Amino acid sequence: MSVDTARAITVSELSTQPDARVTERRRRPSFTPYFLIIPSVAILVIAMGYPLVWQIVTSTQHFGLAQQFGQPAPFVWFDNYIKLAADPYMWTVILRSLAFCFVTAAVTMALGTLVALLMNVVNRVIRIVIQISLLLAWAMPVVAAMTVWNWLFDWRRGVVNWILTSIGLPFQDHNWLQDPISFFFVAMIIVVWMSVPFVAFSVYAGLTQVSGEVLEAAQMDGATASQRFFAIIVPIIRPVLGIVLLLQVIWDLRVFTQIKLLQDAGSIASETNLLGTYIYQLGTGSSDFGMASAVSIFVLVLTVAISAFYVRNMLKEDES
Amino acid sequence: MSSIIRTPRVRASRVAYGVIGVVVALVWIFPVYWMANSALLPNVVLQSKTPVFLPFGGSFDNFAAVFQGGTFFPALGMSVIIALVVVAFCLFFAFLAALAISRFRFRGRKSFVLAILFIQMLPAEGLFIAQYKLMASVNLLNTVLGVSIIYIAAVVPFTIWMLRGFVAGIPAELEEAAMMDGLSRTQAFLRITFPLLAPGLVASGVYAFLQAWNEFTVALVVLQANADQTLPLWLRGFIRASASKAIDWGQVMAASTLVALPVIIFFLFVQGRMTSGLVSGAVKG
Repeated sequence: MSVDTARAITVSELSTQPDARVTERRRRPSFTPYFLIIPSVAILVIAMGYPLVWQIVTSTQHFGLAQQFGQPAPFVWFDNYIKLAADPYMWTVILRSLAFCFVTAAVTMALGTLVALLMNVVNRVIRIVIQISLLLAWAMPVVAAMTVWNWLFDWRRGVVNWILTSIGLPFQDHNWLQDPISFFFVAMIIVVWMSVPFVAFSVYAGLTQVSGEVLEAAQMDGATASQRFFAIIVPIIRPVLGIVLLLQVIWDLRVFTQIKLLQDAGSIASETNLLGTYIYQLGTGSSDFGMASAVSIFVLVLTVAISAFYVRNMLKEDES
Repeated sequence: MSSIIRTPRVRASRVAYGVIGVVVALVWIFPVYWMANSALLPNVVLQSKTPVFLPFGGSFDNFAAVFQGGTFFPALGMSVIIALVVVAFCLFFAFLAALAISRFRFRGRKSFVLAILFIQMLPAEGLFIAQYKLMASVNLLNTVLGVSIIYIAAVVPFTIWMLRGFVAGIPAELEEAAMMDGLSRTQAFLRITFPLLAPGLVASGVYAFLQAWNEFTVALVVLQANADQTLPLWLRGFIRASASKAIDWGQVMAASTLVALPVIIFFLFVQGRMTSGLVSGAVKG
């Protein structure tokens, strides 16, 4: 019997008995997997674990400028958290962040789904044109995108003001970033522009699983377009919609770069802070590391709570 | 019969959809186009009352000015070095870990996978102050090493997850057959599985590169010295300047184009894989 036949037989045996193979592995405990994960675990412990522990400890201390210069930090237990809970500004920032997050995520989901549906009904050429355009927007590095958007909304020579003025609206030399509401409106447009491509592509991938025959049959039976959408399409793409919405909420809750760079372009930080920029200001601006840590812990707890559902879904993938 | 009646209406709505589709495409591409357009036009034209929508008579002068400005190349060097360090270590670490979780069943495996997935979701904004303090305490602020350590830790979880999918896609039977032929486990792996993994390694490497190249938040706190800026921080300098004075937007757009170009090229290349990694489980045939 040649070696090749032996191999073929072994392979077929192994592939028909996967369970036997697993139990055989279990019987021989090996240290190999532990060695393999050591580097990853080490770097995560150093750069994530240690800062996390430091942050938890510091959030229970009074850690300000004096501690920066070497004085021991007195333990104040939950004082920082209590101070935060009693601080109306903290509540403003939290509510502002939540409002920004939900409005932006909702608009992104709605537009992304509409664009996906549109890609589904147009012909191939137009679909490819839409896809290329979305991909280019998606690929833009966030800081480069921010310089472009700052230029588009520039109050002196920005093209947005020019277009609005030329259709007769009073936007000559309008400064978009001065008023907080219009600041957040601009921030929302930018975040939506960046996020819609991901939503549209994911939902479109889900839509390709909706059978055209079923839709046609429903149409024959007299189902209207909206009935077909909500009764046939939505149930099929619901898993995708759920995951994508969740990721949007998490990403929009922690939005930092866009807000920070819009603030840099000239607006009052205290009126436009969201959670990320508030932590930044507490930490690097006023060196109040105790309070900055407490707000950070709040953000982390919130994120982990929202992520739990997502992680459970990913675990299912791991088991499959 | 009904189809005869319906045809004009169907055709009309098809045309309408097509028009809407083109409008959507134009809206989404406009900022990218505007960046390229402004990068090619001289500042005199950009400062005129009416915007110029096509770069006729444009030139690469803005790019030349950026190159001669003296700050671009140091930032480029910083970004390239950091990105390469992150890609190399990240791939190596993630590759080993992906092997462990897809080829072995071991005690603690589930906790490790769970930890990876949760860490991947942690926002940089929830840890960056603590990471700043860590780097300050070991004198690694404003260094390539300091930033790279944080980036590797931030990118490694998702890279493990991506590579796990690739490793799992290669049947272990191939290795085991080679082991039957007398190769050791390591040899079997290196000769049989590793070459098949190349596409996965490339995709994950590109992902790590993009993350390191685009990162802003951590760089902002860890790299505070003007001499040690990455490209995103360098671009931010222009935005800050625009708050107080009229700046040369042509040069800024040229600079942005230079930062965006490698990303756009790499991104188009890896996009499909990244999307399916993020929503895996939800989009399934």
